[in-house]
Amino acid sequence: MIVLENISKTFPSKNGVIKAVEEVTLHVRKGEIHGVIGYSGAGKSTLIRCVNLLERPTKGKVYINGQEITSLPNNELREVRKKIGMIFQGFNLLKTATVYDNVAIPLKLLGFSKEEVKKRVEKYLSIVGLEDKHHAYPSQLSGGQKQRVAIARALAQEPEILLSDEATSALDPETTDSILDLLLKINQELGITILLITHEMNVIQKICDYVYVMERGRIVEHGTTIELFTNPTHHTTKKFLSTIVQRKLSPSLISQLNVNGVVSRLTFVGESTGKPLLAEVSQKFNVKPNILAANIIELKNGIVGNIVVHLIGESEDIQAAIQYLRSQGVGTEELEG
Amino acid sequence: MSGSGQFTEKWLPIIGQAFIETVQMVSISLFFAVIIGIPLGILLVLTRPGQLFDNKWIYQILNLVINIIRSIPFIILLFFILPFTKFIVGTTIGVKGVIVPLVIYTAPYIARLMESALLEVESGIIEAYIAMGIKRRHIIWHVLLREARPSIILGLTIATVSLIGATAMAGLVGAGGLGDLAYRYGYLRYEVGVMYATVIILIILVQVIQSIGNRLATRMKKD
Ligand SMILES: Nc1ncnc2c1ncn2[C@@H]1O[C@H](COP(=O)(O)OP(=O)(O)OP(=O)(O)O)[C@@H](O)[C@H]1O
Ligand SMILES: [Mg+2]
Repeated sequence: MIVLENISKTFPSKNGVIKAVEEVTLHVRKGEIHGVIGYSGAGKSTLIRCVNLLERPTKGKVYINGQEITSLPNNELREVRKKIGMIFQGFNLLKTATVYDNVAIPLKLLGFSKEEVKKRVEKYLSIVGLEDKHHAYPSQLSGGQKQRVAIARALAQEPEILLSDEATSALDPETTDSILDLLLKINQELGITILLITHEMNVIQKICDYVYVMERGRIVEHGTTIELFTNPTHHTTKKFLSTIVQRKLSPSLISQLNVNGVVSRLTFVGESTGKPLLAEVSQKFNVKPNILAANIIELKNGIVGNIVVHLIGESEDIQAAIQYLRSQGVGTEELEG
Repeated sequence: MSGSGQFTEKWLPIIGQAFIETVQMVSISLFFAVIIGIPLGILLVLTRPGQLFDNKWIYQILNLVINIIRSIPFIILLFFILPFTKFIVGTTIGVKGVIVPLVIYTAPYIARLMESALLEVESGIIEAYIAMGIKRRHIIWHVLLREARPSIILGLTIATVSLIGATAMAGLVGAGGLGDLAYRYGYLRYEVGVMYATVIILIILVQVIQSIGNRLATRMKKD
């Protein structure tokens, strides 16, 4: 559906060039939700703007539905863009137009008949839950409601793809959740493929099938959301995860506990959540697990459990126990002081 | 009582005539200045680096010309372009003769005011429309100009008020008007009453125009 191939984007600046995006390749399959996460300045916005060529990549190719679009003439590019909706952190609504007109004006400009415009505006405003706000102006709406108008405007073109540039970053946690639910509903009921960027791990957690972690213009790690939550390898990924999962105990506590054992973080996913593995460990290996902390994270496609355990016993026994846990599909990570 | 009655009787026709001349000069030159200034302002914004019709040359030249004209005081401009005025309208005196310099004085000002009004429109909203595959000319009309309407109205109000000020100097080429009246009778002949009357009329005129402009802009603004 969306394929980016070796995309690079540089901006000229006073002191040399800024490499905003470097050699990024990604592939969003039809009907999936993919997320790019990264800190401020990582190049996320630049990357997503390359998908509909709001930003022209300096190098690389962009394929939409198999069609390479960087070399298309203007009128054909416009046709492609009609199939790609986009929402923004700042909503980008017309301040001087009502909610109804904000959705209707682009449709009119795209040449739809009066009846079709009316039909679509009513349909999509009710999908986003704003059927009673037709005559309100953006200044009379909350942030969440403004984003709903923007989503309705994007949907009203009946796109196959939706791009989201930090759509929830200006919203409070509760409103964020409601917008994420709406995006999920759009994805599931209308089959729209979504590529979003964010700096919030909970956005990834709730709705993404696949994640790319971006840092200084590059994708430093990528995988299914479950893979990244259970087996993060890059330190940036780990840092993002620690915003959701407590990944650290205080160093003094850990070094204290490590005297007679090992403190380990165990990650359970899918199958392994069902088995009494810790009980088995204590029977088989002469290791006593002492649970220090535990939590469960619901991802879009599964549940990930996390337990921080203090494994008490002889060092060889502990290693054998850890081997066994791994063989049962449990992720393990030794925490050090 | 009879004193003020006499005053009114004597001066009303003269002040009325001057008022009409001022309104004529302002409205005719505003009309042409708007026709020239608004497109120039739009061009000035659209040809800026990174805008819809990014064009360094047009932008720089336009910018320079506007700056040059804007740096000449009206009284100097009035004489400076006498030959041009003669060429365009065939005369350099009277209301007709003053329209040309007034337009040349006001159009670049309107262009600048338009520029700042249009620049207030967030680039994000324009990008959102580009992303939807909407044509550039539609974006200019239905997004850029539409969103800038309140500021455009305020800008035109400012331009009109400054135009009224400039017409005061029109007396120098015999075009009359309220400013000229105040100068001739109030200053040269020391008819204080006439001077006060014209000043009050000018104040009311400016007040009315400004509050109409403010009200229109607020009504369009919606926030
Ligand atoms: N039009 C531009 N001109 C020059 N430099 C730019 C431009 N757009 C982005 N950059 C630079 O490119 C880098 C990446 O910016 P980008 O906006 O893509 O980051 P981001 O990951 O979206 O950050 P944020 O989370 O703050 O939105 C930054 O260093 C930024 O200054
Ligand atoms: Mg950004």
